[in-house]
Amino acid sequence: MFAYIVRRMIYAIPVLIGVNVITFLLFFMVNTPDDIARAQLGEKHVTEAAIQRWKHTHGYDKPLFYNSEKQGVHQFSDTLFYTKSMRLFSFHFGSADSGRPIGYDIKQRMWPSLAIAVPTLLVGLMLNVTFAMLMVFFRQTYLELSGVILCIVMMSVSGMFYIIMGQFLIGKLLHLVPISGYDYGWEAIKFLVLPVAIGVVAGIGTGARWYRTIFLEEVNKDYVRTARAKGLSEVFVLFHHVLKNAMIPILTGVVVIIPSLFMGSLLMESFFGIPGLGSYTIDAIRQQDFSIVRAMVFLGTVLYIIGLILTDISYTLVDPRVRFD
Amino acid sequence: MNIQPVFLASDILFYLLLAMLAGFGCWASRQRNFRESWRQVVLNPLALVSLVVLLTYLAVGLLDSIHFQQKVTTASNGKTYYSAQVKSLLDVALGGLGDHSEKTYSAPFALHLYAKELARNDTGTMEQIYPRLHSINPSVKTAQDRRQDVFGRIAVSVIEGIVLTLILSLIFSLYLRRQSALTFSKQWRQLLMGRARKPWGLLLVTLGVIIFVILLIAHLSGQYHMFGTDKVGNDVLYQALKSIRTGLLIGSLTTLVMLPFALILGAMAGYFGGIVDDIIQYVYTTLSSIPGVLLIAAAILSIQIYIANHPEAFTTIAGRADARLIALCIILGVTSWTSLCRVLRGETLKLREVDFIQAARALGVGWFRIISRHVIPNVMHIVLIAIALDFSMLVLAEAVLTYVGVGVDPTTISWGNMIDSARLELAREPVVWWSLVAAFLFMFVFVLAANLFADALREAFDPRMAKR
Repeated sequence: MFAYIVRRMIYAIPVLIGVNVITFLLFFMVNTPDDIARAQLGEKHVTEAAIQRWKHTHGYDKPLFYNSEKQGVHQFSDTLFYTKSMRLFSFHFGSADSGRPIGYDIKQRMWPSLAIAVPTLLVGLMLNVTFAMLMVFFRQTYLELSGVILCIVMMSVSGMFYIIMGQFLIGKLLHLVPISGYDYGWEAIKFLVLPVAIGVVAGIGTGARWYRTIFLEEVNKDYVRTARAKGLSEVFVLFHHVLKNAMIPILTGVVVIIPSLFMGSLLMESFFGIPGLGSYTIDAIRQQDFSIVRAMVFLGTVLYIIGLILTDISYTLVDPRVRFD
Repeated sequence: MNIQPVFLASDILFYLLLAMLAGFGCWASRQRNFRESWRQVVLNPLALVSLVVLLTYLAVGLLDSIHFQQKVTTASNGKTYYSAQVKSLLDVALGGLGDHSEKTYSAPFALHLYAKELARNDTGTMEQIYPRLHSINPSVKTAQDRRQDVFGRIAVSVIEGIVLTLILSLIFSLYLRRQSALTFSKQWRQLLMGRARKPWGLLLVTLGVIIFVILLIAHLSGQYHMFGTDKVGNDVLYQALKSIRTGLLIGSLTTLVMLPFALILGAMAGYFGGIVDDIIQYVYTTLSSIPGVLLIAAAILSIQIYIANHPEAFTTIAGRADARLIALCIILGVTSWTSLCRVLRGETLKLREVDFIQAARALGVGWFRIISRHVIPNVMHIVLIAIALDFSMLVLAEAVLTYVGVGVDPTTISWGNMIDSARLELAREPVVWWSLVAAFLFMFVFVLAANLFADALREAFDPRMAKR
């Protein structure tokens, strides 16, 4: 098991390098550092000296891949690719264009993101599984058909509709919770209820429909028929036998996103003014702050790969047939 | 010549796409196993209704993709000058709905503007009043007049709609009679009573509703703003209709970009195995590990800067917006081929061991021929299902991306831009809700139809579904 995990982590290195090369190419080959400087300083009427100064203070005045003016290792390390991309591997994110250290900001903003993402995931999972189970319980009746159609209708509604309408109805008309904002400690709950509820409702359509397919694939298998033949109740069969055996496909979908919860939800955080990583990313994109976007791309990739490894490990926990050798 | 056709790059791609769709239709109708599945799709009532709705959207999108410029004047040296404004057939069909603009917000069917303005009243003194909208006929003075006028127009639309639907049903029965033994009058009666064995009655009702909606727009939108006007006084209905093209393009162009990658690389990885497989797997693992939104954001930011720094390559605003739309589709395509590629690789791995491909190999058929003649036709159902499921997702994604700031250009009319510019208006008093509702409504109908259709497709084409 340990050997397997180590091997997977070694496999992850070329992928991460690939990601770095892609983002680096995107940021520096399409646009030279001069272009970036000009965009930051305001497109027109920018003097050459101002561009050089901006490039120097933000560390963009280096060659791309190979520095012929230096000696030895520095020929490769004193380049843009090394300082801007490879340094990310040691989680040195550098500082944003505004001068704030990115690493510190990420640590601060991680918690609000988690506070909103984790409850959404857990409540959503339970609700979706229950809803899917109900549909399977009433399979081949009009109740199931209407459930499926309800799911399709719900997933056809734009996620932004749920957010805007939720804010409008509950925040503005009923004044039950504040429309947006955030506070630390227990005070945060009143800010979190609405986004979590909206996140759960917005996910029901896709989630419940997906779990229903999984359960339906299990429900006609031989062991289920045996369980029924023993005289077990349908509810017991569904929750005890079917749910356990449907765990593998459910885990594939769920465990892989657990690490990415740190990244937060772009839409939710931005609409509700929650100072998490999602709104951090959106602000960076809007201000065209490349350093932050690059750091977030790297972080997201690392978390995704961790998610994949966790998924494999979780298989061994729920399914004794799966072993790493 | 009074007009001169204009071909935007996205128009040409759209025509190309339609040609491909038609080509695929021809090919698919000749495949016997496909024909049976298609029959199942069309006979499914929900799928049939969705298909008609989707085709209506497609027709609007197509009308909006035929662009031209109008002649302004002919100079003395015989050179003709054309208007810089590019119009589409849809603009003409809507009869200048996009032209006459009010000053600011107005509610749906309103007679007056949303905001008060300083104006001279009848007695000659200055006063704060709600100014009247320009488009309303002066004979409609009070809310009472308006109700009469609107109901009159609706009644005319209903009558015309029923007449047109009846004519349509006659033509339809004439067509059906050629295929069955029933007499014409019997066929027609069956169709109208909804007793035909196939869901033709439902088809007729759907077409009737669509005809009615078109007539309604034709009769009402000339005089009233059916969905109100937005902040700068543009008609919201016009914007919602123009957005259809953007949504269609995002959904379909992305597929056009993604498909070759997924098909060719997936089939090659599965068929060859070994080092080819390793490389292709590495590429798609790398691409799929980058969070989608961030990769799109990174690419769009780069392109934005590229466009800003190369103004000579993009001379008109329309051209610039068009370039960004195409860039967005390409990027969405590049980020979304990985999952389909993975599935196709797995499927090809299985197919490779099947007897008929082993036999083809033993007979010395080349790899290219095996992949194109034997592998790809046998994974076509997976591709079809994946495309249908992705389409609706992409239409919804446009709105989110535009909100984040990495979607279509702010000058492109799209549902995402409508939502983005209107989302803060709910905070106004009285609430300005019509822009949002119109955008969400048009998007919802479109996505719902696409989802229902995709669901029916999957039921008909997925062999695992058939067993149940």
